[in-house]
Amino acid sequence: MPDKDNDTKPNGNRVGLLERVKSGVKEDVQSLKTDIPAKAKEQIDILKDPTRTQVYTSIFRHKHDETPRNRALGVLSNVFLHLHPAKINRDAVRYSYTWGMGGITFYLFIVLTFTGVLLMFYYHPSKVQAFRDVLYLEHDVPFGKLLRNMHRWAAHLMVIAVWLHMFRVFLTGSYKKPREFNWNIGVLLLVFTLLLSFTGYLLPDDQLGFWAVTVGTNMARATPLLGHEGPFGPLLHMTPYNDIRFGLLGGSIVDANALLRSYIWHCIGIPIVASVLMIVHFWRVRKDGGISGPAAVILPGDIKEKK
Amino acid sequence: MDWHQLWSIASAPDNVPIVALIPLLIFYIYLAWKQASANDALLAELETSPALAKTHHRKTWPFRPGWQKEVHVWPFLLRIEFLAAIIVTIVLMVWSITLNAPLEEPSNPNLTMNPAKAPWYFLGLQEMLVYFDPWIAGVVMPTLIIIGLMVIPYIDTNPLGNGYYTWKQRKFAIGTFLFGFIILWVSMIIIGTFIRGPGWQWFWPGQTWDHNRLIYVVNRDLPDLFGITSNLAKGIFGVIVVGGFYAIGGFVAHALFRRYNPKDYRRMSLLQYSIMMLFLLTMVALPIKMLIRLLFHIKYVWITPWFNV
Repeated sequence: MPDKDNDTKPNGNRVGLLERVKSGVKEDVQSLKTDIPAKAKEQIDILKDPTRTQVYTSIFRHKHDETPRNRALGVLSNVFLHLHPAKINRDAVRYSYTWGMGGITFYLFIVLTFTGVLLMFYYHPSKVQAFRDVLYLEHDVPFGKLLRNMHRWAAHLMVIAVWLHMFRVFLTGSYKKPREFNWNIGVLLLVFTLLLSFTGYLLPDDQLGFWAVTVGTNMARATPLLGHEGPFGPLLHMTPYNDIRFGLLGGSIVDANALLRSYIWHCIGIPIVASVLMIVHFWRVRKDGGISGPAAVILPGDIKEKK
Repeated sequence: MDWHQLWSIASAPDNVPIVALIPLLIFYIYLAWKQASANDALLAELETSPALAKTHHRKTWPFRPGWQKEVHVWPFLLRIEFLAAIIVTIVLMVWSITLNAPLEEPSNPNLTMNPAKAPWYFLGLQEMLVYFDPWIAGVVMPTLIIIGLMVIPYIDTNPLGNGYYTWKQRKFAIGTFLFGFIILWVSMIIIGTFIRGPGWQWFWPGQTWDHNRLIYVVNRDLPDLFGITSNLAKGIFGVIVVGGFYAIGGFVAHALFRRYNPKDYRRMSLLQYSIMMLFLLTMVALPIKMLIRLLFHIKYVWITPWFNV
């Protein structure tokens, strides 16, 4: 009977364009009806467990169920945590050994960077503006007083934490072989902590900071060889206008240049140097065998004395 | 007793950190001492029984066979770090809410603050200005402190006490550090904070600051006491006194060190030994210079046309 059909259709077996569009659209509608619900069901199944999504797996490279492997990977595959080893000495987590002071120092540095950057939004390091900016912060900026207080007290706390960290490292003999070099990095970090604190002292441009910095930098006059009042300074033609104090202050008195220099050292120069040293410090903690203890006690008999 | 005066010093916002430092130091010294004495007791026990020393895990904390020697950083260390961060944040918040950072009048070069004090952590050095010229107190001494700290790992040849608290095995090292840190550095800061008043004069805690007080002290120089007048003789005399201090002091220190630290003495090279002696004697010179100033009102011992010591 195909012939008959052919007769009835003017174009023979060839289906008309309209027909094709019709059936195509019908198929599309059908697929919407069947595929979308199926995909939706699939989607819901996936969303029930977001850890299987591509976005999630691209961020977190491993699963988080409680297996030793995943616990280790959680630390090792995280850029912020990877300075830690995967596992540590079971007694090293005891607070009584480390006092936590190194970590607290670093945390305070982060707090200071955070509050410091916020303070920089409101502060101009110029003689005309500086003191007014602090008044503005204290009285008008929302939470400005809290911000300044936090920066101030975190700075003092950091000095204390650094001292206590150093004290602990000394008392546990942690500077001994193989950590001699890292102790030296630590001493430099102590110096930079004090310098950071000291350069920040001048910035409010009040009497307290002005006279503290005046007293402090007056000592630089007396630097041997390089200060105009220091031993042998005059022999090297040092005057108040070319000696080391002049270099520090950018002038012969604590004034606008000193404020600007202090600001730049405080906000840019020293933090960069200190950050680099911190990177080295933390890196060396790991490379020198991790945290020093609590180690097994050594008896004098264990040591082979050189004859 | 002027309680108000004492309170106004102790509660000055920038002095609060030093007020906080004192109990913190006492607590941590206690914590260190507790662990050191426990370790020392263990060491004494192990030394008397070599059999036990071979099998013991050599820590004061319990350990049984079958226990894991290591724990995962996540969560056992990270939770502590997280907790510490939270506690520090809370402390800082409370501190910042309750106590305002100091802000004085705008800076005025024509109006000198009296007393003009450095930040509290530098008051030890400022206190040194009483006893030494600025080039020593302000430049040479900080430099020596930094270098002295840096050489510690290279001159301490004692292999014992690495990674645990102990007193018995490191008496000299710990004693010296405590002397430098607590007696010299911290107590100088405490004097500078609580005792020095207007004109950098000595006011006992609770004594009212008298801005008009004048004290007539005639400070003499050591060469004057011996009737030396010419500059050349003063210079030579100073060299003899200072050199004599290092020579005689060095000899005494040597005699004591080789008697009481024979092992360290044997291990140290000449360079290590002489660097240690140099720093040790310079550190001891500090309180000696302070004493002769306070007891005998002697200002300089060595006078030259270029510098005075």
